[in-house]
Amino acid sequence: MLELRAVTAGYGAFTALWDVTLQVRAGEAVAVVGPNGAGKTTLMRVISGLIAPRSGQLTFEGASIGGTPAYDIVGHGIAHVPEGRRIFPGLTVAENLKMGAFLPRARRRFAESLARVYALFPVLAERHKQRAGSLSGGEQQMLAVGRALMSGPKLILLDEPSMGLAPVMVLRLFDLIRRVREEGYTILVVEQNVRQVLKLVDRAYLLEVGRIRTEGRAAELAEQDFVRKAYVGL
Amino acid sequence: MIDPLFLTEAAINGLLLGGVLALLALGLNLIFGVIDIVWIAYVDLVMICMYAVYFLVQVYGYPMWLGGIASVALGALLGVAVHVLIISPILSSAPVNQLLATGGLLFFLQSFATFLWTTDHRSVRLTLPRLEILDMPISVARLIAFALAVLAMLGLYLFLTRTYVGTAIRAVSQDREAMSLMGANPQRVYVVTSAVGGAMAGLAGALLIIQYAVHPFFGAAFGPITFMICVLGGLGNMVGAFVASFVMSEVIAISGVIWSTEMGYVIAFVVFIVMIFVRPGGILARRS
Repeated sequence: MLELRAVTAGYGAFTALWDVTLQVRAGEAVAVVGPNGAGKTTLMRVISGLIAPRSGQLTFEGASIGGTPAYDIVGHGIAHVPEGRRIFPGLTVAENLKMGAFLPRARRRFAESLARVYALFPVLAERHKQRAGSLSGGEQQMLAVGRALMSGPKLILLDEPSMGLAPVMVLRLFDLIRRVREEGYTILVVEQNVRQVLKLVDRAYLLEVGRIRTEGRAAELAEQDFVRKAYVGL
Repeated sequence: MIDPLFLTEAAINGLLLGGVLALLALGLNLIFGVIDIVWIAYVDLVMICMYAVYFLVQVYGYPMWLGGIASVALGALLGVAVHVLIISPILSSAPVNQLLATGGLLFFLQSFATFLWTTDHRSVRLTLPRLEILDMPISVARLIAFALAVLAMLGLYLFLTRTYVGTAIRAVSQDREAMSLMGANPQRVYVVTSAVGGAMAGLAGALLIIQYAVHPFFGAAFGPITFMICVLGGLGNMVGAFVASFVMSEVIAISGVIWSTEMGYVIAFVVFIVMIFVRPGGILARRS
């Protein structure tokens, strides 16, 4: 479904990703783990078009998407839940979800998508009139995921969904992501919380200083000293 | 002691003036809130639109309503032109450059108007009935201007809260990058915002020309007060700007009858300076 071949990217003179080759098959859940500063967020931003790759190919369902701006990538069926959630704090919960369905194609299925999101995250339905900025961290993360679902994506990019959440909330959130997965969405997730995320996904990649070091089935990787490596980057 | 009837009349005039000032302040604030740029030449765009109405109505004899519509359309067009030709190429450069560029536009428009139309004061003379309520003469032109300004602001409110594009404008002002992840091209949202802000300048021009004469330095008369209102209300804060417009117009109108019109403006500036010390974030800002 998604394929990256020898993708190199960075900011200005700084290169954050070197020759990254990675693929995600339809229906799969894949994680990219690694220590801080490994280039995980850059990887997500290249895929969603927030930054253009310097070289290499990105294809999604056969179409080349390298260098396509973010506002056109969404239409291909890729929704990015960015690091730090990035909900619109001054808009209500309902308005945030409405913005998720900004594209004409998504607008036509608005009611259907909204019912689906509210079924997944009932707390968003309860708080739909509340300012998004007044939600708790966990609720804001649910809103960020719900907003991404409103565009009717095939692939969801999750960047550090557990960041800044209390441990109890992290477990609940992973449960919810599991349910999103069961709805048939393909997921690519970047996470610091390696132990938890390996229970969620099928396969994982270890990213270190901008390069893919290892990859494999999540269950096998969990057995190796992969987890320790992912934390400290040895 | 001043006759309470005079004070009431001044208060009503202040209220009516506040409507048009609020229209100006909201237009300027909308652009600032979304694109993060203060259009120094905003009221000078209003001045150009006032000339357009003057020529259409007074010189060529078209009906006033047509002049008004033309003014709104011209304002929207000028707004888009300012964004595309001046702001967009320097959007990512230092903020001071953007201020200088729109400041330059101000001098250009003033000189352009002086060159083409001289410094004569020109006004549109409409024959409107005079209205008297409880022995107080009320200007019908001001009443119409106030009503239309309030309607336009209501329309802006509904646009920003009820439509996809309007909500996207507010969303972009909070997080431009996140909105591009929703599928909205921020550049296009900026153009729409500039068009809406420009259209409000155009409407304000049509509403001002039926009350005041236009001259090339009209922007210098209404520009400072408009900026003051925006700062007083909190830059980018639409509700704050709305409230501040009426506070300022009442201060000007009431101290105008107690002392003199000139003193009215002096007092308004004093109030402004004091308020900036007391509430630097704007009158509606939460205290930190």
